[in-house]
Parts: sequence; C-alpha cells; structure tokens
Amino acid sequence: MGDLYDSQRAMRQMRKAAMQRGVVAILDVGTSKIACLVLRFDGPEQFRSSDGVGSLAGQSQFRVIGAATTRSRGVRFGEIDAMQETERAIRTAVQAAQKMANVRVDHVIACLSGARPRSYGLDGTLDVSGGMVTEQDISQVMASCDVPDYGADREVLHAQPVNFALDHRSGLADPRGQVGNQLKTDMHMLTVDATAIHNLFYCIKRCDLELAGLASSAYVSGMSSLVEDEQELGAACIDLGGGSTGISVFMKKHMIFADSVRMGGEHVTSDISMGLQIPAATAERIKTFYGGVVATGMDDREMIEIGGDTGDWEHDRRTVSRAELIGIMRPRVEEILEEVRERLDAAGFEHLPGQQIVLTGGGSQIPGLDGLASKILGQQVRLGRPLRVQGLPQAAIGPAFSSAVGLTLFAANPQDEWWDFEIPAENYPARSLKRAVKWFKDNW
Amino acid sequence: MRSLIRRTSPDALPRDPAPSRMGYRYQRMMLTPGFRGTVRIGVPILLILIIAGSWYSKPENRAALAATIEEAKQSFQERPQFMVQSMNVVGGDLSVLTEVAALLPSEFPVSSFALDLEKIRTEIEALDPIKSASVRVGQGGALEVQLTPRVPVALWRDGTVLRLIDADGVQSGAIMARAERLDLPLIAGDGAEENIAQALRLFAAAGPLIDRVRGLVRMGERRWDMVLDRDQRILLPSENPVAALERVIALNDAQDMLSRDVAVVDMRNTNRPTLRMNEEAAEALRRGNTTISTNEAGN
Repeated sequence: MGDLYDSQRAMRQMRKAAMQRGVVAILDVGTSKIACLVLRFDGPEQFRSSDGVGSLAGQSQFRVIGAATTRSRGVRFGEIDAMQETERAIRTAVQAAQKMANVRVDHVIACLSGARPRSYGLDGTLDVSGGMVTEQDISQVMASCDVPDYGADREVLHAQPVNFALDHRSGLADPRGQVGNQLKTDMHMLTVDATAIHNLFYCIKRCDLELAGLASSAYVSGMSSLVEDEQELGAACIDLGGGSTGISVFMKKHMIFADSVRMGGEHVTSDISMGLQIPAATAERIKTFYGGVVATGMDDREMIEIGGDTGDWEHDRRTVSRAELIGIMRPRVEEILEEVRERLDAAGFEHLPGQQIVLTGGGSQIPGLDGLASKILGQQVRLGRPLRVQGLPQAAIGPAFSSAVGLTLFAANPQDEWWDFEIPAENYPARSLKRAVKWFKDNW
Repeated sequence: MRSLIRRTSPDALPRDPAPSRMGYRYQRMMLTPGFRGTVRIGVPILLILIIAGSWYSKPENRAALAATIEEAKQSFQERPQFMVQSMNVVGGDLSVLTEVAALLPSEFPVSSFALDLEKIRTEIEALDPIKSASVRVGQGGALEVQLTPRVPVALWRDGTVLRLIDADGVQSGAIMARAERLDLPLIAGDGAEENIAQALRLFAAAGPLIDRVRGLVRMGERRWDMVLDRDQRILLPSENPVAALERVIALNDAQDMLSRDVAVVDMRNTNRPTLRMNEEAAEALRRGNTTISTNEAGN
C-alpha cells in the first residue's frame, strides 16, 4: 500500500504544480468514448484568501477552454484492454482538446470506471488523553485504522475519512482543536485492480502527459450529478456507462460506498446486434434513435428500417417494429438495474435516511428508463444531469459527460484523502537519518 | 443481387483518425510558447539574416550598395532647397574680411549639408581680430556671417612687437610702430595683459599727467610702474595702486614734484613715499648742504 500511498502523494504534488501553471486536462477514459477537457485555473476566485467553498460551488475559479470527445478504442468494461489502441484514442482526444484550447497541457487528471472497485469501511481509534486534537493526531488515528487484507493485486484509489468522533460526540467534520480523550475515525477506502491502474498510468505516460490525479468515475459522476441535499441526506448515483455501470452512495457529502456492475450500454447494443442480425454500428444507431424500455401500442406500428449491405434485397430491406426493439432492450436494462439493486442491497442502502437514486451516464438517456428504474430501484428515482461549469460546450453538457464534469470539480477542490494529511511522525524512516550520521562518523 | 454502385453506408463508423505519435508530439511542441515563438519569429529572422549576409559578403554587392546609398544621399542633399547660393559677411573691416573669406567655401552653389557651420564658426572665432561670430544659412540660401570684431583698448609691447589688446586681455593684432595707434595706452611686462582692467583704471586716474605718461610696466607680475617721459617712474604698490597714483598727482599739484629732477617716485610702501633723485640733483643737493654747513662753521 505504501507504494500507492507515495504515488498518490506525488500526484497531489503534481496537481499543485498544474494549478501553478494554471492549465490541467481532464481525461475520462470510458468504454464507449474518451472525453478530454482542458481547464484553465485563473478565475476571480483563484487567489481568494478566505477559505470555504466559493461562489458557484467553487467552480468560478476555473474555466473549460478545450473539450474533445473521441470514440473509445481498446477499452472493455471500463478497463484498458488494448493499450496501443487506447493510447491512440487518448492522443486523439488530448490533441483535439489542446487544439481547441490552444495551449499545451502537461498534467492530466483521469478517471476510470471499471477495474472492479471494492469498498471497505475502516475505523481507527487513538487515545489523545484529554489533550487538544492536532493534525498529527488525525494522521495517527488514520494510520491506526485496521486495514483489511485487500489483496496484493489491488491498489487503494480513494481513502477518505468520512466521520470523526471524539469521545461520545460523533459526526464531527473537523475535530482539530477540540479537546477529548478518545478520537475515532471512520474511513471509506476504495480499492481497484492494480493492473487497470498501471495500464492507465502507462497509456498516459506514453502520451507524454503527467498524471496529476486519479479518481473513480462512479465517485466523480456522483459529485457532479447529485445536488447538495442529496449528497447530505444520502443518495445513490447510478452511472450507466458504456461498458460498466458505476454505483456510488453518498451521505453527509462523503462517498460511503462505490461499486460497479460490469454491464452497460454496449451490452444493450450487442443484444440488439445479435437479436436483429445487424452490425454493431447500426445497432448503436437504432438504439439511440428508436430505443426505449416501455412499449406502447403505437410502437407496434412504427417500423424501423434496419438495412444491410449484402446485396440481397430481402435481407437489405428488413424492418423491425419499435416494439420488437424495445423487447430486446428491456430485459438487458432490467438485468443491469436488478444487478444494481443487488449491489445497493448488499451495501445496506435501505438504511440511509435518504433513498434518492439518481440515474446518469449515457445510458440514462433511454426513454422511459426512469419509469423502469423506479419499479426496480425504488420510488425516488430521477434522471440526473451534470452540474454546469463555465465554458463547457453545448455538446458536452449531457448526462454522458457527468463523470468528466465531476472530474473538473474533483480537480478544482478535491476532498481530503488519507494522503493529504501529514505522515505520522513515527512512520518517518529513521534509518536514513542514522545512515547519514554513520556516514559522517565514518568520514570524519 | 449485389448493387453495382457502391454507396457509402450512413451506418459506417465515422472517420476517427488518431494522430501519429510524431504528429502528436509535433503539435504539442508547437503549442509550447517558447518553441512557437522561436519558430514563428526566430527562424524567419535567421533566414533573412542568412540571405542578407550571403549577399553582402560579395565585394561587388557591397560596392553597389554603397554606391546606391551615396547616390541617394547626393540626390537628396543637392535638392535646390538645400543649396547655398551666396554669402554675406557683416561686420569687421576689410583686412578681417579677407581673412574670413579664406575660411568660407569659395565655390557656390554648395549644399548646406556639406557646410559644417559650427566648424566654420570656430575657425572664424579663432582669428585674432574676431571676438565672436554667428554663421547661419538664412533666407534664399545665403550664408550669413555676422562678425563682432575685438576692440583694442591698449598696446602691449612684447619685445619688439606691439600687440593690440582688448579689454579681456586677448590680443587682436599687431602693429609695426607706436605711431600707428597713438590713441591707445601702452603697457608692457609679463602678466600685463591679465590685468588690463587695472591698467585702464590707472590710465583713467592719471588725469593731468596723461600727457606725460609713456606707459605702464608690470613688474614681477605683481604691481605696476608708471613710466613718464624724462625717464621718470612712479612705482605703484600692488595693493590699491589707483589711490597711490592719486596721492602722487596731489603731491605734484601741490609741489610740482614731477617737474623737478626726480627719477623715481616710490609709492610701494604707502606709509612712506620715497623719492629718488637723479645723480646730478643728488650731487647738487649734497653740495648745497655742505655749503650751508661750512657757512655756518665759518660764521
């Protein structure tokens, strides 16, 4: 874990450097598209002295100056499958965004949707024995968390303290400066497959870019598409992506659970493709034009030309009714939502005070999805669109960009993570000092 | 049946070309401000310099360039607006005018760019009889020279030469004989020309003696001797010589002192004016004194 702990720290340093330069790129590596936004940090709030969240939820400090989307290549289930292809796709997106922004970008903040995220709730206790809680105590209490054995091939992506408790008082956001005997913390840790992260690292490095931050796409799309009271009271964000569906549960403005279902819009497309014997591109097209999940009588009469390129007249003039199309799509969408339901149940979502479920991502644009989702997931379902950020082009304000937009918020004001706090004093490597002393003794 | 005309299928994937690695790097490099500036400004400038340098390195090109520049300069400077047609010298007498004319351009018309007015002025002012001069190109392309001649106030005998000296002590010419300028007082001695004002004051104070004054001699670069005819001298002190001279004049008025056989009136010590008589006068005085004493002894 120390390895990633260090690399996360390095990424935070990199992010700081990017803020100094004022330009940072956002890269959403998805299964169906790769989006790149270029942000410029020079808004009026950039040098604001007072702390707290500024106007426009702290977004007035940056501006999107370049945006580009490209068809994703070589990504499956939100994980990089063919590195060369993905590298080319990233290059395409970054180049187009750079061209639009007309500035060179060196630092990139990326998110990934798959990689089998797994959530852990940790807690730690520290005896501060009547003293005042200092920054060092917070580092120590987080270091004292009992980290489960999450496996050698996994890496920590997020580790956020979600709650502090001092003696009998719980729900403290910031216990620093308070006096108590026993400091407790609850931490949410998200681990993902190490290989997925390493592949992404490698791809971004091959594009001559520096990774200045890494986030789970479920987390960032929750940040962008949940409104403040939903984040406060408890809500789940379902990001229906191309190859995977991200689930993140928020409460008290902290993510407390994240998961992903390895099914998404591309599975719907492949179902259509297989069911109607048509190429995937045609299937994608008729899905986006005519797709739906609730059939009405009218849909039996609406015939869709599905075409073909074989030269056989009978084959090339095939039509299907929209009802048939819906009949193919609905079971798959239902399956995805059922899976999401299972994951939410496993996480104990029903115990939260708020039961709001927000559907976002490109898949949430299927007509009638909210009706179907409310049958499966519960009554309080709404379709979410990402927050508006300054300078975002019209083409990039849809729900398909919620994770890209969330990543801009993540870049502007990231939540405190474990590695943002000081290293506990006793963990400093003592050996290096001893070696330095020994070297002096040997040489003088 | 296969369609003979190949139609582009609308369902075909949109063209989505990815940039090559080199293309991507090139674009990023061109977006780097320093590099872009170098390419857009530095490289053209370098090219221009190289081309110009290679052209200039050939001697015939250099000569042609110099000739072109010279020609352009010439044609500009010789425009009628800049030509000086005549000259007009004002002030000064004829001898001065001939000297000045030698310093001025002799051939007209001449371009005003070819005239160094400041140099001409300095040269004219360097002439002895000229105190100051103003040289300018005036209306109608005339070179106007305004001369202010020096006015001599005294003659300074320097060995055998008699020099004219103005009030500033600057010599403005020489004359052959004293008779040429009898109106000017004569001074002599080292450092006389530096105290011309005092000398003039002394001449002014000479009053009734002025007809007898031959001149003033500066002694030891310190004080004046006034030389009268009959080889009489009045030795004046270095401090306040005018008052001393006035005392001598008063004595002369009262006792006709200078018409007697006195060689030197020594006023160097103002508390004790001293007379030195001529030898015969002294002899006579001594004789007279002896006669008186013998008469007294005889009685």
